[in-house]
Amino acid sequence: MIKVNGIDIEADGTIFAGKSVAEYLSTTNYDCKRIAVERNGDIVPKAKYGETLLAEGDSLEVVSFVGGG
Amino acid sequence: MSADCVQRAPTREEMLAALVVRQGEENVKKLQAATVAVCGLGGLGSNVAIALARAGVGRLVLVDFDCVDVTNLHRQQYKACQVGMPKAVALPENLREIAPYIELESHQVRVTEENVMELVGKADVVCEAFDNAEAKAMLVNAALENCKVLVAASGMAGFGDANSIQTRRVSKNFYLCGDGVSDVNAGIGLVAPRVMACAAHEAQTIVRLICGLEP
Repeated sequence: MIKVNGIDIEADGTIFAGKSVAEYLSTTNYDCKRIAVERNGDIVPKAKYGETLLAEGDSLEVVSFVGGG
Repeated sequence: MSADCVQRAPTREEMLAALVVRQGEENVKKLQAATVAVCGLGGLGSNVAIALARAGVGRLVLVDFDCVDVTNLHRQQYKACQVGMPKAVALPENLREIAPYIELESHQVRVTEENVMELVGKADVVCEAFDNAEAKAMLVNAALENCKVLVAASGMAGFGDANSIQTRRVSKNFYLCGDGVSDVNAGIGLVAPRVMACAAHEAQTIVRLICGLEP
C-alpha cells in the first residue's frame, strides 16, 4: 500500500511502487509550482521528483498551497 | 525609534519584568534569545511580527519587496499615513513604537530560490507569510530542503468560520496554519479577523517552538 495524504492510491489496482514522485504527480491535478511533497516525514527536494521512487509502505504528504495572506 | 518614543517608553528592564510576570522567566529568556524570519509583511506577516514583538522575541528578520497600498489598510498593520512606504520600512517603525528594544533586520527584496537562505539562514524559525501560492511553495520547499524549522499558512481568505483555521504539524520541521482551501483567487475576498486568526496561529506556533513546547 502507498498512501498519499492518508489515502491508499493503489486501492483501484494501479501500482505506483517503483514509479517516481513525478510520475505519480502527473496522474493528479496538482500544480507542481504550488506544492511541497513529504515522503515518510522528509521533504522531497523539487529537483528530485523524477528520481525519487515510491516503494511499498510509503506515506506521502502533498501540501498544495492556496493564495491569500 | 523616534526620540519622543524613547523618552516616554518604559525602560528595557521594566518591559522585561512585565513580560516575566505574564510569560515566566524561562520562556522570556528563550524568546529574547530567538531570531525569527518573517517572509512577507502583509496581512499575515505584519500581524505575526507584532505578536512576536509583543511576546518578547529578541530579533526579527523582516522581508518584503512591496509598498503599503491603500487596499492593504483594512487587514495589515500599517497606518493610513504610511501608504506608499516600503513595508520593510513602515513595519519596523510601527514595531519600534510597540517594542522599542527589539532587534530588527529589514530587507526590501523579493525572496527567490537564490537569496532565500542568505535572508533566513540565521533564523531559529522561518515564518512563511506570503500571499502568492507559488511564492509560498517556493519558500516552504527551500526552507525544508535546508532543514529550517518552518511555520507556513495556506487558506485564510473569505468570510468563513474562524474555527476552521487550524494548525497542523505536517512533518518534523513543518507546521501549517489555515483551513487549507480558502483561496483568495476564488474571489471570496480577505477579511481582517480571519487573516489575523491565521496569523495568530502562526505566531503562537512560533512562540511554542521557541519555548520548547512543541514536540
